[in-house]
Amino acid sequence: MSSVDISPRDKEVIRVLQDDFPLCEQPFKFLAAQIDMSEEEFIERVKKLSEQKKIRKMGAVLQHRNAGFTANALCAWYVPPERLDEIADKMSKHPAVSHCYDRNTAPNWNYNLYTMIHAKSRAECEQIINALAADCRLDQFQILYTTREWKKTSMRYFVDNQGESRDQ
Amino acid sequence: MTELSTFDRALLNLLQSSIPICSHPFAAMADQLGTDEQTVLNRLRELKSAGCLRRIGTFFDSNRLGYRGVLVALSVEPDAVESVATIINQIPGITHNYEREGNFNLWFTLLSPSSECEQDILDGIAALDGVNDMIRLRSNKKYKVNVQFKL
Repeated sequence: MSSVDISPRDKEVIRVLQDDFPLCEQPFKFLAAQIDMSEEEFIERVKKLSEQKKIRKMGAVLQHRNAGFTANALCAWYVPPERLDEIADKMSKHPAVSHCYDRNTAPNWNYNLYTMIHAKSRAECEQIINALAADCRLDQFQILYTTREWKKTSMRYFVDNQGESRDQ
Repeated sequence: MTELSTFDRALLNLLQSSIPICSHPFAAMADQLGTDEQTVLNRLRELKSAGCLRRIGTFFDSNRLGYRGVLVALSVEPDAVESVATIINQIPGITHNYEREGNFNLWFTLLSPSSECEQDILDGIAALDGVNDMIRLRSNKKYKVNVQFKL
């Protein structure tokens, strides 16, 4: 994964895109002007980055704690490896599941699938998890309720202080 | 929280999926909603300042940008959680850091431009006072990463 080729111009586009999206008539023109690029070129590069799936999405993330989702849990599951894809696909389809990743296990931690579950109460959260467990025939899992959010930020890519130099 | 109208719900559902990549993206969204560009922009500014939106922005695939990610679980002495969390929060590549119930009570995600960089940061954290155990959980496959709520 370390040999990803991104041109210096694309890195500049990424650097300005990672700020809040401007709420104005021509947001790409506004961003392009910051790096002395034409709006047309900027839009072409953004389209290309999207096609290459380097950009996952441009859009909004709602403030879900404010949206009434107060019981949020990371649920760690043990899934038989040969059933991982099948079960992960099933869990991903559940509307209360916002994230679903596989992970390696550790000697003292035998869980290999992780789902973030968002619910309006702990009772509802447990109901969802028990239903998923029954549906997928799983009996080894841990519900890890979020008790405090210490940090939640967006990554800053291609900036100076991460042991990565800017473009040579 | 601001009471959401039917129009707001339609607008936010649309905005959650994707902003069109064109010269006037909010005009394109307005077309779909049967309204005009200014109405969309004004309402979005209001909803943003009312705190309904965590963020309007661009979300990148960190692996495809050359970064490696890891989820780390720490078992921390209860009275050291605050001091450890405070130090962790200052590290730029650490984007999420949550306290959770259980023996492993502090969970964070780290994105680094290289494995050497990741190793240095994690060695430093493992050596902090109050940190008893650390597990590193790496992902091969992200099945779902979109935080979307149908309104």
